Amino acid sequence: MNSTSNTPNQEELRRLASREGYTFFGLTLPYLVLVIALIAIPVGWLFYLSFIGRDGTLSLENYERMWKSKAYIKIFITTFKISILTTIICAAIGYPLSYFMSQLSRKWANICMIAVLIPFWTSLLVRTYAWLVLLQKKGLINNILIESGLITEPLKFVHNTTGTLIGMVHIMLPFLILPLYANMRSIDKDCLKAASSLGATPTRAFWTVFLPLTLPGLLAGLLIVFVLCLGFYVTPAILGGGKVIMAAMKISTNIEMYFNWGAASALGVVLLVVTGIILFVASKLISLDQLGNR
Amino acid sequence: MKNTSLNISIENVTKKYDEFYALKDISLDITSGEFMTLLGPSGSGKTTLLMVLAGFTNPDHGSVKFGDEEVILKPPHLRGIGMVFQNYALFPHMTVEQNVGYPQKLRGVSKSEIAKTVGEALSTVKLEGLGHRRVDELSGGQRQRVALARAIVFKPKILLMDEPLSALDKKLREEMQIELRQLHDTLNMTTVYVTHDQKEALTMSDRIAVINGGELMQLGSPSEIYDHPQNGFIADFIGESSLLPAKVTNSNISIGSSKIKVAKPPEKNGDYLLVVRPEKVFLASAKKKNDDNYFQGKLLDSIFQGESQLLVIELANTENDEQTLRIRIPNQSVTDKALPAIGETVTLGLKVADSYLVS
Repeated sequence: MNSTSNTPNQEELRRLASREGYTFFGLTLPYLVLVIALIAIPVGWLFYLSFIGRDGTLSLENYERMWKSKAYIKIFITTFKISILTTIICAAIGYPLSYFMSQLSRKWANICMIAVLIPFWTSLLVRTYAWLVLLQKKGLINNILIESGLITEPLKFVHNTTGTLIGMVHIMLPFLILPLYANMRSIDKDCLKAASSLGATPTRAFWTVFLPLTLPGLLAGLLIVFVLCLGFYVTPAILGGGKVIMAAMKISTNIEMYFNWGAASALGVVLLVVTGIILFVASKLISLDQLGNR
Repeated sequence: MKNTSLNISIENVTKKYDEFYALKDISLDITSGEFMTLLGPSGSGKTTLLMVLAGFTNPDHGSVKFGDEEVILKPPHLRGIGMVFQNYALFPHMTVEQNVGYPQKLRGVSKSEIAKTVGEALSTVKLEGLGHRRVDELSGGQRQRVALARAIVFKPKILLMDEPLSALDKKLREEMQIELRQLHDTLNMTTVYVTHDQKEALTMSDRIAVINGGELMQLGSPSEIYDHPQNGFIADFIGESSLLPAKVTNSNISIGSSKIKVAKPPEKNGDYLLVVRPEKVFLASAKKKNDDNYFQGKLLDSIFQGESQLLVIELANTENDEQTLRIRIPNQSVTDKALPAIGETVTLGLKVADSYLVS
């Protein structure tokens, strides 16, 4: 022991602390490598490709085409229209359903939750083709409607916006319900009782207490659904029957039919940037950790 | 001060869940301006009764009147009661001011009037200047005060409180008990307070209704309940006590082989329990100086507890060999005289006036 020092073990403890620092860095390293290899490099590659023209030189032609071509603008409009409509319909169906589930006893709520999750776990492709079977011209739904005399001509449910929306809402609904339901479950029921004892009618209590408290869950759900919709491929491709063209489908045709990686990459970049902007704006509106906090 | 409270009259209220009675034919009159505590262990039905008063639980049958008005069919938001919940139930998305102003806003009170009454309510609960805080920035005690301010801001005639202090630490809880009591005296609202803490009930109440198994077991002032519990359950539940089995045969009362006298001898023969409050027993130097009851026993343990010394004594001459008695000697008396050593035989005295039998 150092006789001049009145702070015993200072050196040893400092060394111990720095050794711990190295250990933690060492433990993080594999993850860092993974993130760089699997995310940073591919995304960087995507950006790079989007600036390569047909002739293999650097150019902005992929972005210019998007800006100038009416077809592309239409694709973006369709993408946003379908995404927004799907999100709104999901909220209109998902909010009351989540509320209903949150009011049930644990046992029944779990049964409902399983009913929500089983389709969620089933293959996307299977569910989409199932809708095709149900909704087509001579499908189950049209047959029932005709036989019951409600309609004489089969309704057009598929290969259009309607079909795409039905399929997408069905697939996206759990993504809205899961965060919203968790949020609603975590609300202190005494808050509603308190509102009521203080003189709020049930309607008033809903608007002034329940709805504001469910906003974080609702916004999180809306955000997840909307962002997933923007890049959605399978369902619009099958149920839209080529008439509803969203960005992801255009990416696919660019690669499969025209082998134009540059154009596909540019579309991917635009989608990525738009999604990034939406997430950024949303994170200013709500903090996503609020969900976990309560 | 003008009387702004209402009396509450509860008649034959019964609530059954399947085969389980949460409330069994409860009738209780609470006078205007009274501080009434519903005291009972958890699951006794005390909270259910409070929820019936608030309108959140409908009984199977029975009547609840505020003043002369039957309210049993009225929904909670029309009952005009102030209520404080166990976990405060503050609205997390509102500031302190917005929370307290909420009932006023619902009542269509003007903005300036809201600001004025909210300010008054906050100063009543000593939270001036915290109006702009968010609820999650407050300590437990402050949240409690906000909940209270919110419940009294619209000057309800009846205030209901459901274990409002149970989440606070002991010292703060004891301060708040006295503060709530003083607040009640100033505001003069009829207050129904639910707690499982007997000390809290004794400290705060005008009267206590002891509830167990959905039934009203005893109704009385704190001193009545403490000094004259109606049965063994209450004697055991309220305050500290040792219950000694006693036999009554033709006006002879005996504990084991020794005879005792009590203030009010029961009329019927049978088995009873002698309620011995630890602070009412005294150490006696010799036996039978006067008419008091005396017990002999061996000192098992002597524990210093700050304000008092707790002695655990194994009684001799009882049917049950294991019978022990706890007595409490105030700290001041401890320093006055020497305490007996552990293992020593001691003589204990209990005044006849303090000797009380329950069935």
